[in-house]
Amino acid sequence: VGTGPAADLASYKGVWVFAEWREGVIHKVGHELLSAGRKLADKRSVELAAVLLGYQLDKTTIEELISYGADVVYVVDHPELAHFRDEAYAKAIVELIRQKKPEILLAGATSMGRSFIPRVAASVKTGLTADCTELDISDEGLLLQTRPAFGGNVMATIVCPNRRPQMATVRPKVMKPEKKPGHHGRVENLTLSEECFKSRVEVLEVIPEQDQTAKLTEADIIVSGGRGLRKSENFAIVEELAQLIKGAVGASRGAVEEGWIAPSHQVGQTGRTVAPTLYMAVGIAGAIQHVVGMQGSKVIVAVNKDPQAPIFDVATYGVVADLFEFVPAFVQKIKQERGE
Amino acid sequence: MHIAVCIKQVPDTKNVRIDPDTHTLVRQGVESIINPFDLFAVEAALKIKDETQARITVLTMGPPQADEALRDVLSRGVDDAVLLSDRAFAGADTWATSTTLAAAIRKLGDVDLILCGKQAVDGDTAQVGPEMATLLDVPYATFVKKIQMLDGGDLKIFRQTDEGVEIWKMPTPSLLTVIKEVGEPRLPSLRHKMRAKKAEIPVWGAADMGLPPESVGLSGSFTQVVRVFSPPRRTDRVLIQGTIEEQAEQLYRHLKEAKVPGL
Ligand SMILES: Cc1cc2nc3c(=O)[nH]c(=O)nc-3n(C[C@H](O)[C@H](O)[C@H](O)COP(=O)(O)OP(=O)(O)OC[C@H]3O[C@@H](n4cnc5c(N)ncnc54)[C@H](O)[C@@H]3O)c2cc1C
Ligand SMILES: Cc1cc2nc3c(=O)[nH]c(=O)nc-3n(C[C@H](O)[C@H](O)[C@H](O)COP(=O)(O)OP(=O)(O)OC[C@H]3O[C@@H](n4cnc5c(N)ncnc54)[C@H](O)[C@@H]3O)c2cc1C
Repeated sequence: VGTGPAADLASYKGVWVFAEWREGVIHKVGHELLSAGRKLADKRSVELAAVLLGYQLDKTTIEELISYGADVVYVVDHPELAHFRDEAYAKAIVELIRQKKPEILLAGATSMGRSFIPRVAASVKTGLTADCTELDISDEGLLLQTRPAFGGNVMATIVCPNRRPQMATVRPKVMKPEKKPGHHGRVENLTLSEECFKSRVEVLEVIPEQDQTAKLTEADIIVSGGRGLRKSENFAIVEELAQLIKGAVGASRGAVEEGWIAPSHQVGQTGRTVAPTLYMAVGIAGAIQHVVGMQGSKVIVAVNKDPQAPIFDVATYGVVADLFEFVPAFVQKIKQERGE
Repeated sequence: MHIAVCIKQVPDTKNVRIDPDTHTLVRQGVESIINPFDLFAVEAALKIKDETQARITVLTMGPPQADEALRDVLSRGVDDAVLLSDRAFAGADTWATSTTLAAAIRKLGDVDLILCGKQAVDGDTAQVGPEMATLLDVPYATFVKKIQMLDGGDLKIFRQTDEGVEIWKMPTPSLLTVIKEVGEPRLPSLRHKMRAKKAEIPVWGAADMGLPPESVGLSGSFTQVVRVFSPPRRTDRVLIQGTIEEQAEQLYRHLKEAKVPGL
């Protein structure tokens, strides 16, 4: 496995985490990966580094990365990094890898990570494992990268024996962020040649979405409705419950195709991948294309009148009931407990 | 304008299972389909062709039966198809797959735009497009939902990210990976079906593209799958029964105990 001259493996040292920064904030997955990376670095007895690219990066952001376990933060602060572009971001990381030779590089499997990390891997000619949900390391320092494939029907453990760094993108919300009170780390500000920031792509406009799409992926609670709701007006049932428990509203493609709700609410293979603490599927059959988008949720509640519905295979709590009876009764129960 | 579209034949993932004894994928009885995202890529190419004088070539790397997938998209109106098939290609990771596809694009020679799906629903990595673009040294954009041609050969593309929509200007040649919003795939037409049936589809192997056999397939791969297994089943499943009121009561209690937020 692996063509060409094998890289000089022993000269690569240290675990790196790409700390995704967007318009002034660090994506939570950066903190999650530092905690996961800390364990790998300790096992290897090497340094854990956070790599931070952006513009006008502030001290609190940097210090926070140390508080999650980074021994060193490599900072590249440059106006050309103010907005994300695959090319500039990739070239900067490639240059850092060439200079410092880490043995492992982890990044979030976000739309940013999954977009530019493949360019980094291909540029330095190494392997890349996508969207991991589990990481471990062998005694020889081989990163054991476990990930779902085939729409979540199969798990695979993947290694990259002959190339360095060993690179993986990791699914957000899978690793647990843990603060390390009193942990010390240093900061290295690095300057790269201007060549690194050149890009053939021009960003014309960035339109942040204030609506559901963004909310869905970040939401801690999601209540989704499916074709079982029967008509557009009935979506109010789902919306009322969502509002009551401060959740976002999701939907199956069935409901979206009926035109009851905007496509930005769709969860699943051709919609959003979500992993909230609580996911409630109301009147959703649980087709595999839906399930792949929500099976990472911590607690799944399914409400369906058909006991054979496949959604019950993934549900933590399965309620076999008519949703038109159950949901109002559940809403009533919550209100009653709250003394409303 | 010459557009190359990369499509992959995949098993219909609903039916993929692991054999509990051999720990390998059970492929028997599993139907092959065209990766759904790749049909969106084909549609995006056809839309450009509707408006301009574009020529579309579709490529797939796969076993001989992937010929079927190529004829399917020929029947939807693409102009040409090439099958990349060679025993040496088997077991490729995304690097080796990208190496092979990039070599085919180079052999075509005059490609202005390469379209891929967002990801393949079997491997699910979404890495082949970006890696291929890197090997070809062309810019790329992922998660593209709309493509506009600008005067002078540049493209204006709209990409959907977790945070919103980004509008980019890109030169050609470049590579785009597309999502559903580029448009529902059109159906095969009778005229194109006739043509597809009779079409001669060239088959290129490693040697045809000047690729040493050790640079492709399993031997050209950097990653190695060391274990496949079924995802652990949820062992904490609870079925909630009783009258509607009892069910509401029980669910409430369970969620409280599980310390779920929001209640
Ligand atoms: C390429 C491809 C991509 C896809 N991507 C997605 C995707 O991203 N997301 C997605 O969701 N789907 C996706 N699908 C579609 C998916 O296969 C299903 O068709 C879809 O999820 C079905 O939606 P549904 O469960 O709401 O509808 P249905 O399958 O119609 O199920 C409705 C459910 O409601 C229940 N029900 C009815 N009445 C009641 C009642 N009164 N009380 C309680 N329960 C009731 C029924 O028992 C049934 O289980 C995709 C399909 C393909 C081919
Ligand atoms: C269980 C399992 C897990 C795997 N995990 C990894 C991994 O983490 N890293 C890794 O490097 N490899 C991995 N592989 C190998 C990977 O699936 C293959 O390299 C595959 O050929 C391409 O990757 P993909 O299916 O993920 O495609 P993607 O990168 O998701 O495909 C994106 C687009 O590229 C184009 N494309 C992809 N394949 C072809 C093709 N054969 N012909 C034409 N166009 C194509 C299509 O337009 C497609 O929409 C894994 C394989 C298995 C079986």
